[in-house]
Amino acid sequence: MPKVIVDGVEIEVPQGATVLQACELAGKEIPRFCYHERLSIAGNCRMCLVEVSPGPPKPQASCALPAADGQTIRTDTPMVKKAREGVMEFLLINHPLDCPICDQGGECDLQDQAMAYGRSGSRYEENKRAVDDKYMGPVIKTSMTRCIQCTRCIRFSEEVAGVDEIGMLYRGEDSQITTYLERTVSTELAGNLADVCPVGALLQKPQLFEQRPWELRRVPGVDVMDAVGSNIRLDVRQRQVMRVLPRINEDVNEEWISDKTRHHVDALVRNRLDRPWVREKGKLRETSWQEALQIFAKKLKKAGSKVATIGGDLLDAETMYAAKKLLEGQGSKLLEGRQTGMTYDTSSLSAVAFNSTIAGIEGADVVLLVGSNIRWEAPLIATRVRKVARKGGKIFAIGPEIDLGMKVQWLGDDLKLLGDLPKDVTEAFANAERPAVIVGPGALAAGGLGAALALLQPLGLLKGEWNGFNVLHTAASRMAGLILGYAQPGGIADLEAANPELVLLLGADEMAADRFNGAYKVYIGHHGDNGAKQADLILPGAAYAEKHGTYVNTEGRVQWSERAVFPPGDAREDWSILRAVSGVLGSPLQFDSYDELRAAMIAEFPQLGRSGLVDLPWAPPALNAKASGAIRYPIADFFLTNAISRNSPTMRRCSEELVQGASFQEAAE
Amino acid sequence: MGYTGPLADKDRIFTNVYGFQEPWLKAAQLRGDWDDTAKLIQIGQDAIIDKIKASGLRGRGGAGFPTGMKWSFMPKEPKPGKPNFLVINADESEPGSCKDREIIRHDPHKLIEGALIAGFAMRARAGYIYIRGEFIQESRVLERAVAEAYEAGLLGKNAAGSGYDFDLFVHRGAGAYICGEETAMLESLEGKQGKPRLKPPFPAGAGLYGCPTTVNNVESIAVVPTILRRTPEWFAGIGREKNEGTKLFQLSGHINTPCVVEESMSISFRELIDRHGGGIRGGWDNLLAVIPGGSSVPLVPAAEIIDAPMDFDGLKALGSGLGTAAVIVMDKSTDIVRAISRISYFYKHESCGQCTPCREGTGWMWRMMEKLRDGDADVADIDKLLDVTKQVEGHTICALGDAAAWPIQGLVRHFRPELERRIAEHAGRKLLEAAE
Repeated sequence: MPKVIVDGVEIEVPQGATVLQACELAGKEIPRFCYHERLSIAGNCRMCLVEVSPGPPKPQASCALPAADGQTIRTDTPMVKKAREGVMEFLLINHPLDCPICDQGGECDLQDQAMAYGRSGSRYEENKRAVDDKYMGPVIKTSMTRCIQCTRCIRFSEEVAGVDEIGMLYRGEDSQITTYLERTVSTELAGNLADVCPVGALLQKPQLFEQRPWELRRVPGVDVMDAVGSNIRLDVRQRQVMRVLPRINEDVNEEWISDKTRHHVDALVRNRLDRPWVREKGKLRETSWQEALQIFAKKLKKAGSKVATIGGDLLDAETMYAAKKLLEGQGSKLLEGRQTGMTYDTSSLSAVAFNSTIAGIEGADVVLLVGSNIRWEAPLIATRVRKVARKGGKIFAIGPEIDLGMKVQWLGDDLKLLGDLPKDVTEAFANAERPAVIVGPGALAAGGLGAALALLQPLGLLKGEWNGFNVLHTAASRMAGLILGYAQPGGIADLEAANPELVLLLGADEMAADRFNGAYKVYIGHHGDNGAKQADLILPGAAYAEKHGTYVNTEGRVQWSERAVFPPGDAREDWSILRAVSGVLGSPLQFDSYDELRAAMIAEFPQLGRSGLVDLPWAPPALNAKASGAIRYPIADFFLTNAISRNSPTMRRCSEELVQGASFQEAAE
Repeated sequence: MGYTGPLADKDRIFTNVYGFQEPWLKAAQLRGDWDDTAKLIQIGQDAIIDKIKASGLRGRGGAGFPTGMKWSFMPKEPKPGKPNFLVINADESEPGSCKDREIIRHDPHKLIEGALIAGFAMRARAGYIYIRGEFIQESRVLERAVAEAYEAGLLGKNAAGSGYDFDLFVHRGAGAYICGEETAMLESLEGKQGKPRLKPPFPAGAGLYGCPTTVNNVESIAVVPTILRRTPEWFAGIGREKNEGTKLFQLSGHINTPCVVEESMSISFRELIDRHGGGIRGGWDNLLAVIPGGSSVPLVPAAEIIDAPMDFDGLKALGSGLGTAAVIVMDKSTDIVRAISRISYFYKHESCGQCTPCREGTGWMWRMMEKLRDGDADVADIDKLLDVTKQVEGHTICALGDAAAWPIQGLVRHFRPELERRIAEHAGRKLLEAAE
């Protein structure tokens, strides 16, 4: 490991580190604009200049210079100070300095670094440059006069999002960043462009002029839009979640989130259920909590053990546990979470988990996707698989051909292929050190789990510590639900066969309306969506931002999300509704607060009490290895997959533009 | 000290630089090109590099890096799948420079033969000649000459009967000065925007398509066969120590007979102009200043340059440089501020826009120069301008930032009184206008 001296302090740095990283290890702050840990090195902003000897007698760009043994690095000399001031001055001469009306103000790298490293005044007396704004789609607002041409957005779109659609036009001081022909950036990760932009050139369009960063309270949360469990930060002003930003978690989402995760928040204040409703003669009538609970309790008493619960996709473990307990009191075990009727075997949870782990899949050298539109089902796992492809790993896929933003060899769309893989696939797997298979919901729905498990030996997916068998879920509640027993061998059909008198739709909005036609349906949820439409009794609950909760993602990682705001109107946290009705029934559940509920749950399911990966003993079941039939991807529209996103104006606009292909291109004023 | 001119006809390398004869293969062979090239190749790869080192040949593209040493950086045994490449820089766009153009249109076979020998010496599988987009006629000549060489078996498999396989491609640029920078040229060859790469890694480690690459100027390559035929000692016997050889000088500006001429290195400026340029327009007393190496080097005032040796070290001692030896002569009728301002505009126009100091600085410097042209400025603005040039110089990815800064620095260094005079005059005019 090379030893370098930074400002007189000798430190050892890892092999392959840059001078900039060496300086950071030594505790020195190096200003930068174009350098980004997760993107390739451009070296074009020239802000990170330091003095290095041996070397030419001029300042060196530290972000691009490898740290070598015996280097002496100075970050505090007059030459470095002068160089930083000079670059800062150049960056500012053509920057509009419109911070008071710029959304980036308060969290702007240029602002911060100008204060720290710039001169106090300007010597520039000529006219400033103005640049036409560009259209980049529904989530990115551009203000290109502010752009400092750092090219982070270009590198992000190409390297992380896998769409080579942003570039620089013209040259010299006329350089402009734009999308090709000013078309929408066709990625579901576009919101991150504004995050990587160090100035106010790329901004979040849906939240334009809505808030200032210093007005916001920051609450750590976990995303429920898919089964990745992205770590997010909910920024709250008064009673409203204003925006969602990613939190860094190297094991899960690195520092990116999808546009759905970021921009569904406008739905949290739209079309909400804020009071109980009861259906009488086909019509809904407003009612009070007291009456609603009375009705609920009466129906429960009448139904006895003929009660079933359908768990929704966005649920936290605590809510599901509370419902499970309520049903146990009734003597029923009719729990199911797979609303669309999937019936895959759940006897061993390890066989339906993402065993390579999300961070680990990056280390794979060949990947076979089976029935997975990974770009829509888990955009942040897609970024990891994209890294494999960029490193030269082979990606094969079975399923209808789609654009995954990486080089993929499509084998066909029939599950039969699993039993008869082409020779180049088996050869690639035979030569691989860490081969991986990702079984997506398309394959699960078509009954392909057994056939995929049968590949374990032939493809050599298990190598020492490495487990290359992965199942990708799409519902945030799925793994916790499976742990809690929200699964029947025959899926939802088993529940139907039991002919329940009362069905509790616990945030279940994806279930077909013609199921359980004879039963009394009670809906507990937060949006007036599919579930509420078919319910006989609607009890307003809390969305994920309005309750504490435990979530388990597709790899089996337990994460805890904090409450950011309170539910609107008369809506209550879901567990408290269940507790209340048990009280009316006269057999109260054994918890009176969230903490007691959580303690009870952890006592019964200790694995849900520990953050991090759940230990899932590897015991793949022997299943029928024969499978055939064409694969269909279950997600028809990335932006409209659950009750929250369907009620978001931003998501609908994204869907119209990016999925349905409507053109909203407007003249950029 | 070697012989410093005038160069005898027998010592000229480029015997058809004026185009009195045909450029094609037959005529070139009569001039001695392709004369038993296989024998030159039999000298051996390392021996050729040693001979070029011994000749003292320094790169003719402007930086003056020893050519033999550059070749020796190439891997001796290319890895499988990572062949060595030779790239020849014919993107001659520096204002004032016009030597490569003469070589290509009148003596292309010197270049092609040189490419084969140089390519062999550095173990290159193939060579690329990147020719400036505006050189339309020249590229036609070059393409035809390459085709002739292929037809005659001088390129391709078993090139010139040497047993070595070597391919040569001509690639036309699209008209960007920056593509003359070696790494920008590689980017352009790969089909990307011509924007310089960060160094390290240097092209000899990872160049074209990530393979080891050497980029050489046209003139550096074209002189190689003759050096080997006439021995390195002959070449080293011309010019001062460390500045050996002959050189194509391009004389332009206020002289009576502008021309491109091959002369020995280290010839004095006076002799060069008197012998080949027909003297200064209006006599030696009328000389104002000279830009001795293309627009990017600082100008040198008359008094300092007249008896200076025209070579790398001699001009460096004057605070300027030989560059491409494009000598731009300016007499006293020149508006020197306007001349430098025009050069500033050129660099503003040609900046690629990749890195901050050059992108923002070139425009700023040009705009300040335009103000100084009329004197519409303050005396303090001269120091501001100088400070801005220092903020650009040495802070950029490639040397274009330096090239934009140096002409202005040269102007301020030598003609500050002129700048101050204009400012004072302008202020006086303003005062009069206000009084009326």
